[in-house]
Amino acid sequence: MIRVVLPAHLRALARVEGEVQLDVEGPVTQRAVLDALEATYPMLCGTVRNQVTQQRRPFVRFFACEEDLSHAAPDAALPDAVALGAEPLLIIGAMAGG
Amino acid sequence: MSGVRVLVGTRKGAFVLTSDGGRTAWDVSGPHFPGWEIYHVAGSAADPTRLYASQSSGWFGQVIQRSDDGGQTWAPVGNQFVYDGAAGTHQWYDGTQRPWEFTRVWHLEPSRTDPDTIYAGVQDAALFKTTDGGSTWHELESLRQHKTGPDWQPGAGGMCLHTIVLDPTREQRMFAAISAAGVFRTDDAGATWRPVNKGLHSEGIPDGDSEVGHCVHSLAMHPTRPETLFMQKHWDVMRTDDAGESWQDVGDNLPTDFGFVIDVHAHEPETIYVVPIKSDSQHFPLDGQLRVYRSRTGGNDWEPLTKGLPQRDCYVNVLRDAMAVDCLDDCGIYFGTTGGQVYASTDAGDNWSPIVRDLPAVLSVEVQTLP
Repeated sequence: MIRVVLPAHLRALARVEGEVQLDVEGPVTQRAVLDALEATYPMLCGTVRNQVTQQRRPFVRFFACEEDLSHAAPDAALPDAVALGAEPLLIIGAMAGG
Repeated sequence: MSGVRVLVGTRKGAFVLTSDGGRTAWDVSGPHFPGWEIYHVAGSAADPTRLYASQSSGWFGQVIQRSDDGGQTWAPVGNQFVYDGAAGTHQWYDGTQRPWEFTRVWHLEPSRTDPDTIYAGVQDAALFKTTDGGSTWHELESLRQHKTGPDWQPGAGGMCLHTIVLDPTREQRMFAAISAAGVFRTDDAGATWRPVNKGLHSEGIPDGDSEVGHCVHSLAMHPTRPETLFMQKHWDVMRTDDAGESWQDVGDNLPTDFGFVIDVHAHEPETIYVVPIKSDSQHFPLDGQLRVYRSRTGGNDWEPLTKGLPQRDCYVNVLRDAMAVDCLDDCGIYFGTTGGQVYASTDAGDNWSPIVRDLPAVLSVEVQTLP
């Protein structure tokens, strides 16, 4: 079971509290986790990544195990601790603005 | 007893204000979608319980919300806005060409007859349509692909299609206004478009007869006079009596003819309202006095309406989609400010009072007259 922590606005949009847990078949990658997230919560389509290009939205970042994974390849394996459910994948709204 | 429902979009959420026909006591519901920018909330004339809201965020993009119970509960619907075919390019601020890129939905215009059919005006400027209640959206691409498209350029707020006016007597005709391109009209339900900007003059455009490049801020039409439209342009208040074939300046007697909103009285097609703003570099009322100006002659002769509005130290703005009218016998006029006030008049503008005072900055105001 993959654990994902959403930013507050997306938790409200998806009507969830706390972490979400997702079943991911096959290799645990950013793409696979986001595919599972959007399949379970279709209202999140387009809010984390572009629906056509699949590019991460500019002010969204991915972290796990104290690493910034935002620029990792979408098909690269996520850390083992995420794949095993020991650590969550954090989807963060970048601190931007003023 | 009939009533009204005022739909308010703000920088930090949506609010639904309701009252009976007396319009003295108001219930305030919200914020809905707190923390998100709500550029527009619109209700269907065909089914007043059906509402749509444009919810957006610089972080998380565009969401469209739909309510089937008059705004008590909401659910997200489709939010995929994809330009049809090659996106093409438009002019950027520095004169270079830049690809069209979807940013947000500025305006939602429901069909008058079908609650599942809605038009959406978006940034970068394009027109989308849904016929399934918002589940899927498709572009009416010939507008964006108009031969003048490469000459369109963004206004200060972005290159947005912000106004959609449906002709109630000709199902195939509609108007769309783009900042800063101008007004376009279709007479075949969006299959083809042409600019209808003759008579508009914009400082800084070398060609005085340029058919595009005009920073139109808002349009208004009375449903019984579909050939007549009123326009608040960047500078100038204009009218046309031939569906945009020619425009005349009717704002010269205003203290300033810069502004964003314009609207028409529900029962008097020649009674119109604007809120003059000092200038394009100072987006607040003249002299700190918030004044609505009314013309009962379709322009040219204007009177200030001040009773109940702040007449000192007021430096708010009233944005392009932030004025609306109801259809009760004594026509109600409503507008919202960037200071978070929503003002209402139940006597066609003679007297005003705030419904709410301290919302986030108001982006849009729409009104439903309820049976």
